[in-house]
Amino acid sequence: MQLTNRAKKIDKSEMTLAERMYLPAIAGGMAITLKHFFKKKPTINYPEQKRYLGPVFRGQHILKKDEAGRERCTACGLCAVACPAEAISMVAAERKAGEENLYREEKYAAVYEINMLRCIFCGFCEEACPKQAIYLRHDQFVPVFMSRDEVIYGKDRLVEDMSSRYLREGWK
Amino acid sequence: MDIFWIKAIIILVIFGLSLFVAMYSTWAERKVAGYMQDRPGPNRAGWGGLLQPLADAGKMFFKEDFIPAQANKWLFIAGPCLAMLTALLSSAVIPFGDTLRIDGQEIQVQGIEVNIGILWVFGIVSLGVYGVMVGGWASNNKFSLLGAIRAASQNISYELALGLSLIAVIMMTGSLSVRDIVNTQHGGGWNILFQPLGFVIFLTCAFAECNRTPFDLPECEAELIGGYHTEYSSMKLGFYLFAEYVNMFVSSCVVSALYFGGFNYPFMDKVAEALGNDATGHNIATAIGFFAFIAKALFFVFFFMWVRWTLPRFRYDQLMNLGWKSLIPLSILNIIVTGIGLMFNLRWFSWVAVVIIVAVVAVQAAMKPKAARGILEAAPVR
Repeated sequence: MQLTNRAKKIDKSEMTLAERMYLPAIAGGMAITLKHFFKKKPTINYPEQKRYLGPVFRGQHILKKDEAGRERCTACGLCAVACPAEAISMVAAERKAGEENLYREEKYAAVYEINMLRCIFCGFCEEACPKQAIYLRHDQFVPVFMSRDEVIYGKDRLVEDMSSRYLREGWK
Repeated sequence: MDIFWIKAIIILVIFGLSLFVAMYSTWAERKVAGYMQDRPGPNRAGWGGLLQPLADAGKMFFKEDFIPAQANKWLFIAGPCLAMLTALLSSAVIPFGDTLRIDGQEIQVQGIEVNIGILWVFGIVSLGVYGVMVGGWASNNKFSLLGAIRAASQNISYELALGLSLIAVIMMTGSLSVRDIVNTQHGGGWNILFQPLGFVIFLTCAFAECNRTPFDLPECEAELIGGYHTEYSSMKLGFYLFAEYVNMFVSSCVVSALYFGGFNYPFMDKVAEALGNDATGHNIATAIGFFAFIAKALFFVFFFMWVRWTLPRFRYDQLMNLGWKSLIPLSILNIIVTGIGLMFNLRWFSWVAVVIIVAVVAVQAAMKPKAARGILEAAPVR
Protein backbone atom coordinates (compact mmCIF):
# COMPACT_ATOMS: atom_id res chain seq x y z
CA MET A 1 0.00 0.00 0.00
CA GLN A 2 1.30 3.39 -0.90
CA LEU A 3 1.31 5.78 2.01
CA THR A 4 3.27 8.67 0.56
CA ASN A 5 4.20 9.76 -2.93
CA ARG A 6 7.88 9.91 -2.03
CA ALA A 7 8.48 6.25 -2.83
CA LYS A 8 10.37 5.42 -6.02
CA LYS A 9 9.22 2.50 -8.14
CA ILE A 10 11.95 0.00 -8.94
CA ASP A 11 12.04 -2.97 -11.27
CA LYS A 12 12.62 -6.14 -9.29
CA SER A 13 11.89 -8.57 -12.10
CA GLU A 14 14.47 -11.15 -13.09
CA MET A 15 17.43 -9.69 -14.96
CA THR A 16 17.96 -10.40 -18.64
CA LEU A 17 21.20 -11.93 -19.89
CA ALA A 18 22.40 -8.53 -21.02
CA GLU A 19 21.93 -7.19 -17.53
CA ARG A 20 23.56 -10.22 -15.93
CA MET A 21 26.56 -9.99 -18.25
CA TYR A 22 27.54 -6.69 -16.55
CA LEU A 23 29.54 -5.60 -19.58
CA PRO A 24 27.04 -3.07 -21.00
CA ALA A 25 26.55 -1.59 -17.55
CA ILE A 26 30.31 -1.50 -16.99
CA ALA A 27 30.80 0.35 -20.28
CA GLY A 28 28.13 2.84 -19.25
CA GLY A 29 29.74 3.39 -15.88
CA MET A 30 33.15 3.88 -17.39
CA ALA A 31 31.75 6.44 -19.81
CA ILE A 32 30.43 8.37 -16.83
CA THR A 33 33.76 8.34 -14.99
CA LEU A 34 35.61 9.34 -18.15
CA LYS A 35 33.24 12.27 -18.58
CA HIS A 36 34.04 13.38 -15.06
CA PHE A 37 37.75 12.90 -15.78
CA PHE A 38 37.66 15.72 -18.32
CA LYS A 39 35.30 17.95 -16.37
CA LYS A 40 36.44 21.26 -14.94
CA LYS A 41 37.29 20.79 -11.28
CA PRO A 42 35.33 22.93 -8.83
CA THR A 43 38.12 22.79 -6.23
CA ILE A 44 39.47 26.07 -4.87
CA ASN A 45 43.15 25.59 -3.95
CA TYR A 46 42.78 27.46 -0.68
CA PRO A 47 45.99 29.23 0.25
CA GLU A 48 46.62 30.30 -3.34
CA GLN A 49 43.02 30.94 -4.39
CA LYS A 50 40.43 32.40 -2.08
CA ARG A 51 36.71 32.36 -2.36
CA TYR A 52 34.87 35.69 -2.05
CA LEU A 53 32.89 35.30 1.15
CA GLY A 54 30.39 38.11 0.65
CA PRO A 55 30.13 41.65 2.03
CA VAL A 56 28.71 40.55 5.39
CA PHE A 57 31.29 37.91 6.28
CA ARG A 58 32.60 38.35 9.84
CA GLY A 59 36.36 37.96 9.85
CA GLN A 60 39.14 39.65 11.78
CA HIS A 61 38.30 42.68 13.90
CA ILE A 62 39.52 46.13 13.04
CA LEU A 63 39.53 49.33 15.14
CA LYS A 64 38.64 52.05 12.63
CA LYS A 65 40.18 55.51 12.46
CA ASP A 66 38.40 58.53 11.02
CA GLU A 67 39.41 60.41 7.86
CA ALA A 68 41.97 62.46 9.75
CA GLY A 69 43.61 59.33 11.08
CA ARG A 70 42.30 59.64 14.65
CA GLU A 71 41.12 56.59 16.55
CA ARG A 72 37.37 56.49 16.94
CA CYS A 73 37.23 54.23 19.98
CA THR A 74 36.39 55.96 23.26
CA ALA A 75 36.76 52.89 25.48
CA CYS A 76 33.10 53.05 26.52
CA GLY A 77 33.10 49.29 27.05
CA LEU A 78 29.79 48.63 25.31
CA CYS A 79 31.44 46.06 23.04
CA ALA A 80 32.86 44.23 26.04
CA VAL A 81 29.41 44.22 27.64
CA ALA A 82 27.77 42.97 24.44
CA CYS A 83 30.33 40.25 23.92
CA PRO A 84 28.72 36.88 24.80
CA ALA A 85 32.10 35.17 24.96
CA GLU A 86 33.72 37.84 27.12
CA ALA A 87 36.61 38.07 24.72
CA ILE A 88 37.12 41.86 24.83
CA SER A 89 38.92 43.78 27.53
CA MET A 90 40.20 47.35 27.56
CA VAL A 91 41.83 50.01 29.69
CA ALA A 92 40.62 53.59 29.20
CA ALA A 93 42.83 56.66 29.37
CA GLU A 94 42.40 60.43 29.07
CA ARG A 95 43.69 62.25 26.04
CA LYS A 96 46.59 64.59 26.84
CA ALA A 97 47.09 67.97 25.21
CA GLY A 98 48.85 67.57 21.86
CA GLU A 99 47.32 64.16 21.21
CA GLU A 100 44.33 65.59 19.32
CA ASN A 101 45.65 64.20 16.06
CA LEU A 102 45.74 60.67 17.53
CA TYR A 103 42.38 60.33 19.27
CA ARG A 104 39.11 61.85 18.19
CA GLU A 105 37.58 62.32 21.63
CA GLU A 106 38.85 63.08 25.13
CA LYS A 107 38.80 59.46 26.23
CA TYR A 108 40.49 56.61 24.39
CA ALA A 109 41.48 52.97 24.82
CA ALA A 110 45.05 52.77 26.01
CA VAL A 111 44.82 48.96 25.88
CA TYR A 112 42.31 47.09 23.75
CA GLU A 113 42.60 43.32 23.64
CA ILE A 114 40.54 40.59 21.98
CA ASN A 115 41.14 37.00 22.93
CA MET A 116 40.74 35.20 19.60
CA LEU A 117 40.34 31.82 21.30
CA ARG A 118 37.24 33.11 23.05
CA CYS A 119 35.83 35.18 20.22
CA ILE A 120 32.96 33.50 18.37
CA PHE A 121 32.78 36.11 15.58
CA CYS A 122 29.14 36.90 16.29
CA GLY A 123 29.54 40.57 15.42
CA PHE A 124 27.68 41.86 18.49
CA CYS A 125 30.58 44.23 19.28
CA GLU A 126 30.13 45.80 15.88
CA GLU A 127 26.41 46.25 16.54
CA ALA A 128 26.97 47.63 20.02
CA CYS A 129 29.61 50.22 19.11
CA PRO A 130 28.12 53.76 19.20
CA LYS A 131 31.19 55.31 17.62
CA GLN A 132 31.52 53.02 14.56
CA ALA A 133 34.94 52.08 15.87
CA ILE A 134 35.01 48.29 15.77
CA TYR A 135 34.16 46.21 12.73
CA LEU A 136 34.60 42.61 11.68
CA ARG A 137 36.19 42.85 8.29
CA HIS A 138 34.77 40.75 5.47
CA ASP A 139 38.00 40.28 3.53
CA GLN A 140 40.39 38.81 6.08
CA PHE A 141 40.43 35.79 8.37
CA VAL A 142 42.07 35.59 11.75
CA PRO A 143 45.10 33.53 10.76
CA VAL A 144 46.00 30.23 12.38
CA PHE A 145 48.01 30.59 15.55
CA MET A 146 50.68 28.14 16.63
CA SER A 147 51.35 29.32 20.20
CA ARG A 148 49.35 30.84 23.03
CA ASP A 149 51.19 34.20 22.88
CA GLU A 150 49.68 34.89 19.49
CA VAL A 151 46.13 34.37 20.68
CA ILE A 152 45.45 37.75 22.30
CA TYR A 153 45.27 40.52 19.74
CA GLY A 154 46.28 43.93 21.08
CA LYS A 155 46.00 47.36 19.52
CA ASP A 156 49.12 46.69 17.46
CA ARG A 157 47.20 44.17 15.39
CA LEU A 158 43.71 45.66 15.57
CA VAL A 159 44.03 49.38 14.77
CA GLU A 160 43.46 50.31 11.16
CA ASP A 161 46.46 51.05 8.98
CA MET A 162 45.88 54.40 7.23
CA SER A 163 47.89 53.33 4.18
CA SER A 164 45.44 50.52 3.42
CA ARG A 165 42.10 51.49 4.88
CA TYR A 166 39.35 48.96 5.27
CA LEU A 167 36.32 49.68 3.12
CA ARG A 168 33.23 47.56 3.15
CA GLU A 169 30.99 47.38 0.10
CA GLY A 170 28.59 50.35 0.02
CA TRP A 171 30.91 52.59 2.03
CA LYS A 172 32.51 55.62 0.50
CA MET B 1 81.33 -3.59 -26.74
CA ASP B 2 80.79 -7.00 -25.29
CA ILE B 3 77.29 -8.34 -25.84
CA PHE B 4 77.14 -9.27 -22.16
CA TRP B 5 77.38 -5.66 -21.06
CA ILE B 6 74.82 -4.44 -23.56
CA LYS B 7 72.42 -7.10 -22.33
CA ALA B 8 73.18 -6.13 -18.73
CA ILE B 9 72.39 -2.50 -19.52
CA ILE B 10 69.13 -3.47 -21.23
CA ILE B 11 68.11 -5.57 -18.23
CA LEU B 12 68.96 -2.73 -15.86
CA VAL B 13 66.96 -0.28 -17.95
CA ILE B 14 63.92 -2.60 -17.99
CA PHE B 15 64.29 -3.11 -14.24
CA GLY B 16 64.55 0.62 -13.63
CA LEU B 17 61.68 1.34 -15.99
CA SER B 18 59.35 -1.10 -14.21
CA LEU B 19 60.21 0.49 -10.87
CA PHE B 20 59.88 4.01 -12.24
CA VAL B 21 56.52 3.34 -13.86
CA ALA B 22 55.31 1.59 -10.70
CA MET B 23 56.45 4.56 -8.62
CA TYR B 24 54.60 7.04 -10.76
CA SER B 25 51.61 4.71 -10.98
CA THR B 26 51.00 5.46 -7.32
CA TRP B 27 50.94 9.15 -8.19
CA ALA B 28 48.85 8.57 -11.31
CA GLU B 29 46.41 6.40 -9.39
CA ARG B 30 45.65 9.17 -6.96
CA LYS B 31 45.57 11.74 -9.73
CA VAL B 32 43.17 9.64 -11.81
CA ALA B 33 41.04 8.96 -8.74
CA GLY B 34 40.91 12.67 -8.06
CA TYR B 35 40.05 13.64 -11.62
CA MET B 36 37.29 11.05 -11.81
CA GLN B 37 35.83 12.38 -8.57
CA ASP B 38 36.06 16.03 -9.71
CA ARG B 39 39.06 16.77 -7.49
CA PRO B 40 42.55 17.86 -8.56
CA GLY B 41 44.30 15.03 -6.72
CA PRO B 42 47.69 15.43 -5.01
CA ASN B 43 49.22 18.76 -6.01
CA ARG B 44 51.27 19.95 -3.06
CA ALA B 45 54.60 18.07 -3.35
CA GLY B 46 56.32 19.47 -6.42
CA TRP B 47 54.68 20.65 -9.63
CA GLY B 48 51.36 18.83 -10.00
CA GLY B 49 52.31 16.64 -7.03
CA LEU B 50 55.10 14.98 -9.00
CA LEU B 51 57.27 14.53 -5.91
CA GLN B 52 54.44 12.74 -4.12
CA PRO B 53 55.89 9.20 -4.63
CA LEU B 54 59.17 10.32 -3.03
CA ALA B 55 57.30 11.88 -0.14
CA ASP B 56 55.26 8.70 0.30
CA ALA B 57 58.39 6.54 0.24
CA GLY B 58 60.04 8.83 2.78
CA LYS B 59 57.01 8.52 5.03
CA MET B 60 57.07 4.73 4.68
CA PHE B 61 60.74 4.51 5.64
CA PHE B 62 60.31 6.65 8.74
CA LYS B 63 57.40 4.66 10.12
CA GLU B 64 57.90 2.10 12.83
CA ASP B 65 58.75 -1.31 11.40
CA PHE B 66 56.58 -3.49 13.56
CA ILE B 67 56.76 -7.27 13.72
CA PRO B 68 54.06 -8.94 15.83
CA ALA B 69 55.40 -10.95 18.78
CA GLN B 70 53.65 -14.16 17.75
CA ALA B 71 54.55 -13.84 14.08
CA ASN B 72 56.95 -16.13 12.32
CA LYS B 73 59.69 -13.55 11.94
CA TRP B 74 61.57 -14.87 8.92
CA LEU B 75 58.48 -15.71 6.91
CA PHE B 76 57.07 -12.34 7.90
CA ILE B 77 60.08 -10.67 6.31
CA ALA B 78 60.12 -13.08 3.35
CA GLY B 79 56.52 -12.26 2.37
CA PRO B 80 57.01 -8.79 0.92
CA CYS B 81 60.39 -9.78 -0.54
CA LEU B 82 58.73 -12.65 -2.44
CA ALA B 83 55.93 -10.39 -3.63
CA MET B 84 58.41 -7.85 -4.96
CA LEU B 85 60.73 -10.47 -6.46
CA THR B 86 58.01 -12.26 -8.39
CA ALA B 87 56.51 -8.98 -9.56
CA LEU B 88 59.84 -7.87 -11.03
CA LEU B 89 60.87 -11.27 -12.44
CA SER B 90 57.92 -11.57 -14.80
CA SER B 91 59.01 -8.58 -16.90
CA ALA B 92 62.11 -10.51 -18.04
CA VAL B 93 60.53 -12.18 -21.07
CA ILE B 94 58.52 -9.24 -22.33
CA PRO B 95 59.88 -7.92 -25.64
CA PHE B 96 60.02 -4.18 -25.13
CA GLY B 97 61.35 -3.51 -28.60
CA ASP B 98 62.69 -5.04 -31.78
CA THR B 99 66.48 -5.36 -32.07
CA LEU B 100 69.36 -2.96 -31.55
CA ARG B 101 72.18 -3.15 -34.11
CA ILE B 102 75.48 -2.53 -32.38
CA ASP B 103 78.83 -3.44 -34.04
CA GLY B 104 76.98 -5.55 -36.58
CA GLN B 105 75.29 -7.62 -33.90
CA GLU B 106 71.54 -7.78 -33.49
CA ILE B 107 70.60 -7.49 -29.82
CA GLN B 108 67.01 -7.94 -28.73
CA VAL B 109 65.51 -5.30 -26.47
CA GLN B 110 64.31 -7.86 -23.97
CA GLY B 111 65.54 -9.35 -20.71
CA ILE B 112 65.85 -12.92 -21.94
CA GLU B 113 64.39 -14.51 -25.05
CA VAL B 114 63.15 -17.97 -24.11
CA ASN B 115 61.01 -20.04 -26.42
CA ILE B 116 58.51 -20.73 -23.62
CA GLY B 117 58.19 -17.03 -22.74
CA ILE B 118 54.51 -16.98 -21.89
CA LEU B 119 54.91 -20.06 -19.69
CA TRP B 120 57.60 -18.16 -17.79
CA VAL B 121 55.12 -15.36 -17.12
CA PHE B 122 52.57 -17.88 -15.92
CA GLY B 123 55.03 -19.65 -13.67
CA ILE B 124 56.14 -16.41 -12.04
CA VAL B 125 52.58 -15.15 -11.66
CA SER B 126 51.67 -18.39 -9.88
CA LEU B 127 54.65 -17.92 -7.59
CA GLY B 128 53.30 -14.45 -6.83
CA VAL B 129 50.64 -16.09 -4.67
CA TYR B 130 53.39 -17.19 -2.30
CA GLY B 131 54.24 -13.61 -1.41
CA VAL B 132 50.69 -12.99 -0.30
CA MET B 133 50.18 -16.43 1.25
CA VAL B 134 53.44 -16.44 3.23
CA GLY B 135 52.87 -12.90 4.45
CA GLY B 136 49.31 -13.60 5.49
CA TRP B 137 50.17 -16.84 7.23
CA ALA B 138 53.27 -15.52 9.02
CA SER B 139 51.30 -12.61 10.47
CA ASN B 140 49.50 -15.02 12.82
CA ASN B 141 46.32 -13.02 12.44
CA LYS B 142 42.94 -14.33 11.38
CA PHE B 143 42.13 -11.46 9.05
CA SER B 144 45.52 -11.71 7.36
CA LEU B 145 45.08 -15.44 6.89
CA LEU B 146 41.57 -14.96 5.50
CA GLY B 147 42.89 -12.38 3.07
CA ALA B 148 45.72 -14.67 2.02
CA ILE B 149 43.36 -17.60 1.49
CA ARG B 150 41.07 -15.42 -0.56
CA ALA B 151 44.04 -14.24 -2.62
CA ALA B 152 45.28 -17.77 -3.19
CA SER B 153 41.92 -19.21 -4.22
CA GLN B 154 41.14 -16.20 -6.38
CA ASN B 155 44.47 -16.34 -8.18
CA ILE B 156 44.26 -20.08 -8.75
CA SER B 157 40.69 -19.83 -10.04
CA TYR B 158 41.43 -17.05 -12.45
CA GLU B 159 44.73 -18.48 -13.65
CA LEU B 160 42.73 -21.26 -15.34
CA ALA B 161 40.62 -18.90 -17.40
CA LEU B 162 43.71 -16.75 -18.05
CA GLY B 163 45.60 -19.71 -19.44
CA LEU B 164 42.67 -21.03 -21.45
CA SER B 165 42.01 -17.65 -23.06
CA LEU B 166 45.69 -17.51 -24.02
CA ILE B 167 45.68 -20.93 -25.63
CA ALA B 168 43.64 -19.49 -28.50
CA VAL B 169 46.37 -16.92 -29.12
CA ILE B 170 49.06 -19.57 -28.90
CA MET B 171 47.11 -21.74 -31.35
CA MET B 172 47.03 -18.90 -33.83
CA THR B 173 50.74 -18.14 -33.43
CA GLY B 174 52.07 -21.64 -33.02
CA SER B 175 54.66 -20.48 -30.53
CA LEU B 176 54.94 -19.83 -26.80
CA SER B 177 57.60 -17.17 -27.25
CA VAL B 178 56.24 -13.70 -26.58
CA ARG B 179 58.53 -12.27 -29.26
CA ASP B 180 57.12 -14.67 -31.85
CA ILE B 181 53.59 -13.73 -30.83
CA VAL B 182 54.45 -10.05 -31.26
CA ASN B 183 56.19 -10.65 -34.59
CA THR B 184 53.18 -12.47 -36.06
CA GLN B 185 51.10 -9.37 -35.31
CA HIS B 186 53.36 -7.32 -37.57
CA GLY B 187 51.56 -5.22 -40.16
CA GLY B 188 48.36 -4.35 -38.34
CA GLY B 189 47.13 -7.90 -37.73
CA TRP B 190 46.82 -7.38 -34.01
CA ASN B 191 45.38 -10.27 -32.07
CA ILE B 192 42.58 -8.11 -30.66
CA LEU B 193 41.12 -8.13 -34.20
CA PHE B 194 40.98 -11.93 -34.19
CA GLN B 195 40.45 -12.71 -30.51
CA PRO B 196 37.89 -10.25 -29.09
CA LEU B 197 36.39 -12.76 -26.68
CA GLY B 198 39.78 -14.03 -25.57
CA PHE B 199 40.90 -10.47 -24.96
CA VAL B 200 37.95 -9.65 -22.71
CA ILE B 201 38.51 -12.85 -20.71
CA PHE B 202 42.24 -12.26 -20.49
CA LEU B 203 41.78 -8.67 -19.34
CA THR B 204 39.24 -9.67 -16.68
CA CYS B 205 41.55 -12.37 -15.39
CA ALA B 206 44.49 -9.96 -15.42
CA PHE B 207 42.51 -7.71 -13.10
CA ALA B 208 41.90 -10.64 -10.79
CA GLU B 209 45.55 -11.74 -10.91
CA CYS B 210 46.72 -8.25 -9.94
CA ASN B 211 44.21 -8.14 -7.06
CA ARG B 212 42.80 -4.94 -8.48
CA THR B 213 39.26 -3.66 -8.09
CA PRO B 214 36.69 -5.11 -8.83
CA PHE B 215 38.57 -8.22 -7.67
CA ASP B 216 40.45 -6.73 -4.71
CA LEU B 217 38.94 -9.12 -2.18
CA PRO B 218 42.29 -10.13 -0.64
CA GLU B 219 42.76 -6.64 0.75
CA CYS B 220 39.29 -5.24 1.14
CA GLU B 221 39.41 -2.84 4.04
CA ALA B 222 35.75 -3.00 4.89
CA GLU B 223 35.70 -6.75 5.53
CA LEU B 224 39.28 -7.69 6.37
CA ILE B 225 40.86 -4.47 7.68
CA GLY B 226 43.48 -4.69 4.98
CA GLY B 227 43.57 -8.43 4.35
CA TYR B 228 46.93 -10.12 4.07
CA HIS B 229 48.89 -7.00 4.94
CA THR B 230 46.94 -6.09 8.06
CA GLU B 231 49.98 -6.64 10.29
CA TYR B 232 52.47 -5.01 7.98
CA SER B 233 53.86 -1.55 8.50
CA SER B 234 56.64 0.67 7.24
CA MET B 235 58.42 -0.28 4.02
CA LYS B 236 57.28 -3.91 4.22
CA LEU B 237 53.77 -2.67 3.60
CA GLY B 238 55.25 -0.34 1.01
CA PHE B 239 56.75 -3.33 -0.79
CA TYR B 240 53.40 -5.11 -0.91
CA LEU B 241 51.65 -2.05 -2.30
CA PHE B 242 54.52 -1.38 -4.68
CA ALA B 243 54.53 -4.97 -5.92
CA GLU B 244 50.87 -4.51 -6.86
CA TYR B 245 51.80 -1.57 -9.07
CA VAL B 246 54.73 -3.45 -10.63
CA ASN B 247 52.33 -6.32 -11.35
CA MET B 248 49.93 -3.88 -12.91
CA PHE B 249 52.60 -2.52 -15.25
CA VAL B 250 53.84 -5.99 -16.17
CA SER B 251 50.35 -7.27 -16.91
CA SER B 252 49.67 -4.16 -18.98
CA CYS B 253 52.83 -4.99 -20.93
CA VAL B 254 51.68 -8.59 -21.39
CA VAL B 255 48.24 -7.50 -22.58
CA SER B 256 49.68 -5.04 -25.08
CA ALA B 257 52.23 -7.60 -26.29
CA LEU B 258 49.73 -10.42 -26.70
CA TYR B 259 46.71 -8.57 -28.06
CA PHE B 260 47.83 -5.12 -29.17
CA GLY B 261 50.81 -5.89 -31.32
CA GLY B 262 53.56 -5.17 -28.81
CA PHE B 263 56.11 -2.87 -30.41
CA ASN B 264 54.29 -2.90 -33.75
CA TYR B 265 52.54 0.27 -34.78
CA PRO B 266 50.70 1.31 -37.96
CA PHE B 267 52.90 2.21 -40.96
CA MET B 268 56.03 1.00 -39.17
CA ASP B 269 57.45 -0.47 -42.37
CA LYS B 270 57.23 2.92 -44.11
CA VAL B 271 58.90 4.59 -41.10
CA ALA B 272 61.65 1.98 -41.09
CA GLU B 273 62.13 2.46 -44.84
CA ALA B 274 62.40 6.23 -44.46
CA LEU B 275 64.98 5.85 -41.68
CA GLY B 276 67.18 3.65 -43.83
CA ASN B 277 68.61 0.25 -43.26
CA ASP B 278 71.92 1.22 -41.63
CA ALA B 279 72.57 0.73 -37.91
CA THR B 280 71.43 4.21 -36.81
CA GLY B 281 68.21 4.10 -38.78
CA HIS B 282 67.42 0.63 -37.53
CA ASN B 283 68.08 1.65 -33.92
CA ILE B 284 65.87 4.74 -34.25
CA ALA B 285 63.07 2.61 -35.70
CA THR B 286 63.49 0.25 -32.74
CA ALA B 287 63.31 3.19 -30.34
CA ILE B 288 60.04 4.38 -31.91
CA GLY B 289 58.67 0.85 -31.55
CA PHE B 290 59.80 0.81 -27.93
CA PHE B 291 57.91 4.02 -27.21
CA ALA B 292 54.84 2.68 -29.03
CA PHE B 293 54.96 -0.35 -26.75
CA ILE B 294 55.35 1.79 -23.62
CA ALA B 295 52.46 3.99 -24.76
CA LYS B 296 50.21 0.95 -25.14
CA ALA B 297 51.28 -0.42 -21.77
CA LEU B 298 50.68 2.93 -20.08
CA PHE B 299 47.24 3.12 -21.63
CA PHE B 300 46.43 -0.19 -19.98
CA VAL B 301 47.81 1.06 -16.68
CA PHE B 302 45.37 3.93 -17.04
CA PHE B 303 42.65 1.45 -17.93
CA PHE B 304 43.34 -0.47 -14.71
CA MET B 305 42.89 2.74 -12.73
CA TRP B 306 39.87 3.78 -14.74
CA VAL B 307 38.14 0.49 -13.88
CA ARG B 308 39.22 0.72 -10.26
CA TRP B 309 37.57 4.08 -9.77
CA THR B 310 34.41 3.04 -11.60
CA LEU B 311 33.41 -0.40 -10.35
CA PRO B 312 32.53 -1.60 -6.89
CA ARG B 313 34.00 -4.82 -5.49
CA PHE B 314 32.47 -8.22 -6.22
CA ARG B 315 31.12 -10.35 -3.46
CA TYR B 316 33.15 -13.52 -2.96
CA ASP B 317 30.54 -15.94 -4.31
CA GLN B 318 30.02 -13.67 -7.31
CA LEU B 319 33.75 -13.72 -7.92
CA MET B 320 33.88 -17.49 -7.87
CA ASN B 321 30.74 -17.81 -10.01
CA LEU B 322 32.17 -15.46 -12.58
CA GLY B 323 35.49 -17.26 -12.69
CA TRP B 324 34.35 -20.87 -12.73
CA LYS B 325 30.91 -20.72 -14.31
CA SER B 326 31.36 -17.97 -16.89
CA LEU B 327 34.96 -17.26 -17.81
CA ILE B 328 36.26 -20.83 -17.99
CA PRO B 329 33.37 -22.16 -20.18
CA LEU B 330 33.61 -19.06 -22.35
CA SER B 331 37.34 -19.49 -22.86
CA ILE B 332 36.88 -23.17 -23.72
CA LEU B 333 34.23 -22.09 -26.23
CA ASN B 334 36.73 -19.58 -27.58
CA ILE B 335 39.34 -22.30 -28.02
CA ILE B 336 36.89 -24.53 -29.89
CA VAL B 337 35.70 -21.74 -32.16
CA THR B 338 39.27 -20.60 -32.86
CA GLY B 339 40.23 -24.19 -33.60
CA ILE B 340 37.38 -24.59 -36.08
CA GLY B 341 38.44 -21.31 -37.67
CA LEU B 342 42.06 -22.43 -37.96
CA MET B 343 40.96 -25.71 -39.54
CA PHE B 344 39.37 -23.76 -42.40
CA ASN B 345 42.10 -21.10 -42.27
CA LEU B 346 39.70 -18.38 -41.11
CA ARG B 347 41.58 -16.26 -38.56
CA TRP B 348 38.60 -14.02 -37.78
CA PHE B 349 36.35 -16.97 -36.92
CA SER B 350 36.32 -16.11 -33.21
CA TRP B 351 34.05 -13.19 -34.06
CA VAL B 352 31.36 -15.74 -34.85
CA ALA B 353 31.24 -16.64 -31.17
CA VAL B 354 30.98 -12.97 -30.21
CA VAL B 355 28.23 -12.32 -32.74
CA ILE B 356 26.29 -15.37 -31.56
CA ILE B 357 26.60 -14.33 -27.91
CA VAL B 358 25.51 -10.77 -28.67
CA ALA B 359 22.61 -12.03 -30.78
CA VAL B 360 21.42 -14.44 -28.08
CA VAL B 361 21.66 -11.76 -25.43
CA ALA B 362 19.82 -9.21 -27.55
CA VAL B 363 17.05 -11.65 -28.43
CA GLN B 364 16.68 -12.74 -24.83
CA ALA B 365 16.42 -9.12 -23.69
CA ALA B 366 13.87 -8.35 -26.39
CA MET B 367 11.84 -11.44 -25.58
CA LYS B 368 11.48 -10.61 -21.92
CA PRO B 369 7.71 -10.29 -21.49
CA LYS B 370 6.37 -6.84 -20.81
CA ALA B 371 4.50 -8.23 -17.83
CA ALA B 372 7.74 -9.37 -16.21
CA ARG B 373 9.03 -5.83 -16.42
CA GLY B 374 5.99 -4.66 -14.54
CA ILE B 375 6.88 -6.18 -11.16
CA LEU B 376 7.48 -2.86 -9.57
CA GLU B 377 8.07 -2.49 -5.92
CA ALA B 378 8.06 0.67 -3.92
CA ALA B 379 11.31 1.51 -2.22
CA PRO B 380 11.57 4.42 0.17
CA VAL B 381 13.51 7.40 -1.09
CA ARG B 382 15.64 9.15 1.47
